[in-house]
Amino acid sequence: MTNGIIKELLHRPLGLFVSVILILLYLCAVFAPFLAPYQTSDQNLDKSFHPPSGILWKDGSFHVKIYENIDPTAARYEVIQGSTIPIKFFAKGYNYNLFGFIPMQRHLFQLETDESQPQIYILGSDVTGRDVFSRLLYGSQISLSIGLIGITITMLLGFLVGGLSGYFGGKFDFFAMRFVEFLMAIPGLYLLLALRSALAQHFESAQMYLMIVIILAFIGWAGTARIIRGMSLSIRNRQFVYAAESMGQSTIVILFKHILPNLTSYLLVAATLSIPGYILGEAALSFLGLGIQEPSASWGLMLKQTQEDMKVFMLNFWWLLTPGLAIFITVIAFNVLGDTLRDIVDPKMKV
Amino acid sequence: MVKFLFKRILAIIPLLFGITFLVFILMYAAPGDFLSEARASKDISKERIEAMEREFGLDKSWHIQYALWLKNVLILNLGESWAYKIPVEDLIGQRIIATLVLSITSLFFAWSIAIPLGVLTAIYKDSIFDRITSILAYAALSIPEFFLALLAVFFAASTGLFPIGGRTSIGHDFLAPLAQFFDYIYHLILPTIVLGIGSIAGMMRIMRANFLDYLRAEFVTTARAKGVPEGWVMFKHVLRNAINPLISAFGFAFSGLLSGALLVENVMNYPGLGQLIYSSFLKQDQYVVMAAVVIGCVMLMLGNLLADLLLGWTDPRIRLEK
Amino acid sequence: MEETEQTLLEAKDLEITFHGRDEKTEAVRGISFSLKDGKVLAIVGESGSGKSVTALSLTRLLPEPPTCTVSGEVDLMGKDLLTISKKEIRKVRGKEIAYIFQEPSTSLNPVFSIGYQIAEAIKLHLPEVKNIQERVVDSLRRVGIRDPEKRYKDYPHQLSGGMQQRVMIAMALACEPRILVADEPTTALDVTIQKQIMDLLKELKDNLGMSIILITHNFGIIADFADDVIVMFRGKIVESGSVDSVLNNPQHPYTKALLACIPQIGKKQDRLTTIDYAQLDA
Repeated sequence: MTNGIIKELLHRPLGLFVSVILILLYLCAVFAPFLAPYQTSDQNLDKSFHPPSGILWKDGSFHVKIYENIDPTAARYEVIQGSTIPIKFFAKGYNYNLFGFIPMQRHLFQLETDESQPQIYILGSDVTGRDVFSRLLYGSQISLSIGLIGITITMLLGFLVGGLSGYFGGKFDFFAMRFVEFLMAIPGLYLLLALRSALAQHFESAQMYLMIVIILAFIGWAGTARIIRGMSLSIRNRQFVYAAESMGQSTIVILFKHILPNLTSYLLVAATLSIPGYILGEAALSFLGLGIQEPSASWGLMLKQTQEDMKVFMLNFWWLLTPGLAIFITVIAFNVLGDTLRDIVDPKMKV
Repeated sequence: MVKFLFKRILAIIPLLFGITFLVFILMYAAPGDFLSEARASKDISKERIEAMEREFGLDKSWHIQYALWLKNVLILNLGESWAYKIPVEDLIGQRIIATLVLSITSLFFAWSIAIPLGVLTAIYKDSIFDRITSILAYAALSIPEFFLALLAVFFAASTGLFPIGGRTSIGHDFLAPLAQFFDYIYHLILPTIVLGIGSIAGMMRIMRANFLDYLRAEFVTTARAKGVPEGWVMFKHVLRNAINPLISAFGFAFSGLLSGALLVENVMNYPGLGQLIYSSFLKQDQYVVMAAVVIGCVMLMLGNLLADLLLGWTDPRIRLEK
Repeated sequence: MEETEQTLLEAKDLEITFHGRDEKTEAVRGISFSLKDGKVLAIVGESGSGKSVTALSLTRLLPEPPTCTVSGEVDLMGKDLLTISKKEIRKVRGKEIAYIFQEPSTSLNPVFSIGYQIAEAIKLHLPEVKNIQERVVDSLRRVGIRDPEKRYKDYPHQLSGGMQQRVMIAMALACEPRILVADEPTTALDVTIQKQIMDLLKELKDNLGMSIILITHNFGIIADFADDVIVMFRGKIVESGSVDSVLNNPQHPYTKALLACIPQIGKKQDRLTTIDYAQLDA
């Protein structure tokens, strides 16, 4: 069934298009250390708010133009005429572990220079001269994975609570649903803030990441649980569930073996359409300074730094808004994908 | 009707109880307490702190603290803000108005664009206009509110057409009353648009789908068969039916606006409830947070109630007494 | 009236085609008929035979081209309804030709009171009427609704199906049209209510002196009520004539088959008769 849906998806031009975009985005995240010329914390304080570097073709290879900061207070840069550094492809750079366990040194590109501080800025630099392009790539690891992990937890929790509620009914159902309604009655971001404030202000990045996922999942599961309850309630009264019960199968087995398969297509659509909520949730938290913290990078955090410096707005440092564009592209791709999937599965489905 | 109102307001009470309790527990669990800042502060005397501790029972365990807070709320004493050193009521009063004004203007802005667009895209279904609008709606749905707010600030800064933030100009107090009013409006335009755009897309899509459903209804043929002009059929017979789900979604839209306002207010430096809650959370200004959360939720529930009343008024099939 | 036999409405070579995305459907394929003043013309046929579409096409109530195209001529006392301006056709709708439909519950707008919905027609066509409310109450009383002064403010969902159909009739007759098109007016109603509605229509027809186009598949109603009948099958008229001649002496095999389908009291049958389409096509 799922295979059929995917086949149909790839036959639709729009579905194919957004699938390709999403696959590319996730490939970028996975290969971020290879693609990124610098690390997230590599600074170059002389190159604050550096504009995107110009690249030219010279002497049989690509060269990057070198800029001079002619007015540090207004961050005005001018190209130093004739001064360029050649770009080397698949060259050695800083050490990293690809996929977290393959030690590597090669990067997609590096500059032929002894200088270890950033010199090439494909998408400009931020206030401390860090490479926005590298930070975007590393940030995508956090921003993109949080959606997938968050949705997995949410769907599991929503399915368990909703499924059991619909299956058992009675008191469990009553209390679970009142709790769900309670959670849904609070404006999402208020709840997010309240939950976040209960925990310490500062965490290590790994803990922080986990905490964000848990908070987002805690807020998100309620809606899923409610819809799944309704569905499992209707499936519960079908003959095959009675048959399984009469053969003495346990509740959990019935839930996973008999009820879950009937909900897969719904879960698939609901999950796809919910992922943007997690990406936006993480971005909002980090943007408010309550999520991912320095020196790690996430798209929301990068936008927070953009917002903090009025110079960015006054002097038109547009490249610092690229994380917003990245969020926008990811979210719209998931929305289109979800809608296309819904169209394939059941156009009347309410999610 | 009165019975219905009474029942609905009664239903709010346990919810408020639950929410305040949750927030209280969460704030209690948070490291440090709101007095840690006050204790470190030199301009608050030790006697004063002890008096405060006694007044709100901070030397007691959390459930007694919560009970004391509840008791104080019942006699309409919301406590005092540590950060601003004024009673919470005074602090929150003006913020509520600011946020309410922003939410309501955004909602009207969103409705005034979403309803005609939804109707037109339904009437001219599958036209180029419909396609372009639906693409734009997708974009508007997918753009994070705070990013849109950033873009708006960027736009304001680079063109100088709009103020970069705030609710009033620096010289506001010296303006004539009418000029003061226009000053508010001037500062409200960008936040309203930013907050409204996200809702437009969703509402427009609901509107379009409903309108299409009702265009096929048999009573439309009946109206035409009576000789009713086409425009009248659309805007009276179809629209009155298609708009009902939008009205019932009013409460939901309001909730979204409250959440959205929190981010937009922060980015655009608009002094509303959302901005206050955020800064109070960071400062652990407990009574402000509690009061703001309570008021935010009450506003939301009143919004829902208003939606039900509106729906009872526009849709005769809905009987509020039930 | 019998002696005048004046023709009120005449349809000539009516062809109706629906254009789908890939294929087109010829719903009505060149039919002609006429309605005489003060008479009841019944159109009978199975669902999908094109009878409802024919009725709607008379005042151009079908979707506009390119979705649907209508050709031919519909002549109402010298006016071709298919070619006159939109403004003129609106004056015909409700004023000259009014409709009642099969399903009263969905044919009334749920968010307006019945009084408003009747008043709408009067306001549009009879601007000279001063006291609209009185006129609405009169029209409700005429269709046998008790306490019309109170019911006037009711919404459709507060009425039973039979009452709703009475409201539809009151609405259709509010401007005293010359022609009433009744598209299966009793199909959605209980049998006892069916009888009441048909008796009401008969009475109103005599009182107001109007003509009726009655769409039905109930031969009992036709025998009781209609003067002339046309039988439609797959978008064509297969038989037409006076009710007596068609019912007692059907010529076309489809009419014979239709008549044979009617269960009769006293005649023992194991199965209801069905129509053998293969034979009709042959």
